[in-house]
Amino acid sequence: MSDGKLVGIVLVSHSAEVAASVAELAKGLAGGGITVPVAAAGGTEGGGLGTSSELIAAAAASVDQGAGVAVLTDLGSAVLTVKALLAEGDELPPDTHLVDAPFVEGAVAAVVTAATGADLAAVEAAAGEAYTYRKA
Amino acid sequence: MLDADFFRRWMTATAASVDREAERLTALDSPIGDADHGSNLQRGFRAVAATLEKEAPDTPGAVLTLAGRTLISTVGGASGPLYGTLLRRTGKALGDAGEVSEAEFAQALRTGVDAVSTLGGAAPGDKTMIDALVPAVDALPDGFGAARSAAEEGALATTPLQAHKGRASYLGERSIGHQDPGATSASLLIAALAEANGE
Repeated sequence: MSDGKLVGIVLVSHSAEVAASVAELAKGLAGGGITVPVAAAGGTEGGGLGTSSELIAAAAASVDQGAGVAVLTDLGSAVLTVKALLAEGDELPPDTHLVDAPFVEGAVAAVVTAATGADLAAVEAAAGEAYTYRKA
Repeated sequence: MLDADFFRRWMTATAASVDREAERLTALDSPIGDADHGSNLQRGFRAVAATLEKEAPDTPGAVLTLAGRTLISTVGGASGPLYGTLLRRTGKALGDAGEVSEAEFAQALRTGVDAVSTLGGAAPGDKTMIDALVPAVDALPDGFGAARSAAEEGALATTPLQAHKGRASYLGERSIGHQDPGATSASLLIAALAEANGE
């Protein structure tokens, strides 16, 4: 818990619809009460399938309350673009982390955990733990 | 010695070459990728050429760092962060010297290629741009022409390989028999070095 500031969550997908829908799903499953800052960065700026570093940077800035930002991605260029932005050092808020987690399940775990006021490390751990839930 | 002008010529020669070859790159990307490699890189390197003209960075390192950042923000596919990291890390390794020797550049480019391997997790033989870049860096001490030949041979040699990285890896054995688009565009980038040097 850090001064009531919540960890921000950014969801990066190749598809704008997927990113926005997963954000809605995670917020919906997190329930009411505390509102976690969640932003979707899906697709390219032109509305196509792909990844936009501008949309990612804008989303991260919009959810940054000073408690850190957890970024979850789908695959390929989404992962690589976030990693490249993190290596740049100045395009994302300080304490922005790429979280190694499944996209949908990890997003739900991250938002639910962030809503409790947990810190960035706890949010990351909860999202990553979603990998251990086997379905068959 | 290589100055900022040389590196600007390298980038504009790459942009022209990618323009000429965009359809072929996209055609190579159709059977094993998502058919956007040519158009993505064309958009990226056009933006690089325009940004370099506008901002006129005056050291080799600044030219490549700006070019790399521009690729990351304009390409929209995996080749953006990969080529962006290649150029940015190479540029950072060159520091702020006004001129660099060919040996210093060769060393810096190796740093850049290593960063691409780390970012994408690809090793030689995975059917990626690394298969053109590593032979090129190995040959660079023998000159730009040697690096160009090595990159072209490396790209051609990806045809019988099975892809282990990126979307093509989902195809498994069906990725065999296609030349890798990323290795092909990497050979264009290396060939543009020789062109920038008037070879």
